[in-house]
Amino acid sequence: MEKFQTLHTTGVPLPLENIDTDQIIPARFLKATTREGFGTNLFCDWRYRADGTPKADFVLNSPRYAGQVLVAGKNFGCGSSREHAAWALYDAGFRAVVSSYFADIFRGNALNTGLLPLQVSDAELARLLAGIEADPQLALVVDLPAQTLQVPAWGAAFGFAIDAYKKECLINGYDDIDFLVNQKPAIEAYEQQRAWAW
Amino acid sequence: MATTLFDKIWDAHVVRSIASGQEVVYIDRHLIHEVTSPQAFDEIAARGLPLFRPGQMLATADHNVPTLHQDQPIREPLSRSQVDKLTENCQKYGVELYGLGHQRQGIVHVIGPELGLTLPGTTIVCGDSHTSTHGAFGAVAFGIGTSQVAQVMASQCLLLNRPQRMRISVEGELQRGVTAKDLILYVIAQLGTGGATGHFVEYAGSAVRALSMEGRMTVCNMSIEMGARGGLIAPDATTLAYVAGRPFAPKGADWEKAVAYWQTLYSDADAAFETEYTFDAQQITPMITYGTNPGMGIPLTGHVPSEVPEGEAESFDKSLKYMGFERGESLLGKQIDYVFIGSCTNSRIEDLRTVAAYVQGKQKAGHVEAIIVPGSKQVEQQAIAEGIDKIFAAAGFELREPGCSACLAMNEDKIPAGAYCVATSNRNFEGRQGPGSRTLLASPLVAAITAVQGRIVDITKYLN
Repeated sequence: MEKFQTLHTTGVPLPLENIDTDQIIPARFLKATTREGFGTNLFCDWRYRADGTPKADFVLNSPRYAGQVLVAGKNFGCGSSREHAAWALYDAGFRAVVSSYFADIFRGNALNTGLLPLQVSDAELARLLAGIEADPQLALVVDLPAQTLQVPAWGAAFGFAIDAYKKECLINGYDDIDFLVNQKPAIEAYEQQRAWAW
Repeated sequence: MATTLFDKIWDAHVVRSIASGQEVVYIDRHLIHEVTSPQAFDEIAARGLPLFRPGQMLATADHNVPTLHQDQPIREPLSRSQVDKLTENCQKYGVELYGLGHQRQGIVHVIGPELGLTLPGTTIVCGDSHTSTHGAFGAVAFGIGTSQVAQVMASQCLLLNRPQRMRISVEGELQRGVTAKDLILYVIAQLGTGGATGHFVEYAGSAVRALSMEGRMTVCNMSIEMGARGGLIAPDATTLAYVAGRPFAPKGADWEKAVAYWQTLYSDADAAFETEYTFDAQQITPMITYGTNPGMGIPLTGHVPSEVPEGEAESFDKSLKYMGFERGESLLGKQIDYVFIGSCTNSRIEDLRTVAAYVQGKQKAGHVEAIIVPGSKQVEQQAIAEGIDKIFAAAGFELREPGCSACLAMNEDKIPAGAYCVATSNRNFEGRQGPGSRTLLASPLVAAITAVQGRIVDITKYLN
């Protein structure tokens, strides 16, 4: 996993609620057996017509917006557990998703991919969406060590919560496999002392 | 201290806690399939790690497989390559595989229970969000991402935050024509598609206890559709009667020991839940969805809402536009093009029997294409043994071979753009059954009646 660097970027607004992982990456693209290349088909059916031409009204096709932060409506990433959704966002250049809440499995998958799920309040989310739509160049700073999303133009810094262990993992590019493999003696001891095992 | 059912099982699987509050949780059973495992096997190989406990894994091919001519090589090259990759990885690492053509092949959440691999008190994971199905047996079962699949392969453990607890009680008797599927669609419509996020749900109450194991699996299966990490039901006599004698269930003295333990698995009287809901079974009627998430459900005889909460209008109207419906309208009389009976939610023998009991001696409407995809080879063979296959054939329903099929349309079974499909599956997301497809979720009974009538009707007027 890549180390998470402080982001100095702009945002891409997608103000819809309950965006499910079938929209982020439709199931027909899950036949690949590697992690790479899913970005091409990110939001495929919202982004392209059936003939493959881009839909001008979808935000990823708009020349107005660019940046490493996707700002989306509440309950982002619901539905299927496919980690391919997080891979597709990452592959397309996103490093953080801002929403007012995330589906549990997506949140975990994003953290394991190096993509920051950044949760703000409903009011903060509404302000950010309106701010970016009014000024697509609005500068955003995502400072993970300080746990803030800053909007310098507003003199604002929105705090966000993250598990202390997962924060260290993101900053250092560590994942859980190394940690868990190092727990082997404790895991083997657990297996020996269980009261009941099938 | 009074403890919930969920915490009793979770506590029994904690290897250790770490400073941030996360816990190393031991996983008893790891189920894998062709779609979410290849990158995990690659991850393990890249690090030169062995599988820590391959004997606690089981693999099957389900998501991608065709439902016709399973005796022949898979025609679609990418699907074939993914299924071949699973076979190759299972051979290389010594994982038991019930692949295409095997007598035990089927949808991963159908075969676990029918083989007796799914047992009360266990922890079960799979790279699939509907792993919550296994909670019907009083197991802590939940879906995981591919990175976590690799973690379980390497250590048989996951590093997790303990979810909050929610109890949903449904009290009273379900009315005639109302099934487990209607019960869970009703609950999801009440809570909304994100209403149980962060929680593990225990289903309780007399209406839940009265359900068969198949019905309980349908309920637990859809826990994820309201955002829950998982759902479970305390094991009881119904559970034991289902599990006893299955191929992987404990036998003899082991069975007695297991039962003694399972009888301790219930929420103590004073156990605390962060969130509790109670619903009246009498209020539940046959349900259907009108929108593009499973929370958008109404009674069959109801109306699409005319008012929505402030701030949600854009998403709501986008959804209705996709479905071709209007605010405030009734769905009764809407013509349906396809009926799909299958998926890990409703493809078990009880579901097929329900459909057969209704369609016997009837004929599907001429314009409707009706397909039935059994959840496993065993379900398929049972249906044939009972003569159900002949009832379907006579009624114009096509009985296919097992797999996930048109639930997520990874194989050839797709609903065309713009067409309406009443489906017994679990998701009505945009494009879920194929680009542009329009899905209305319902019970197998509603699906069977819709196929015969060719349109949405008040099923209570058509019951046998």
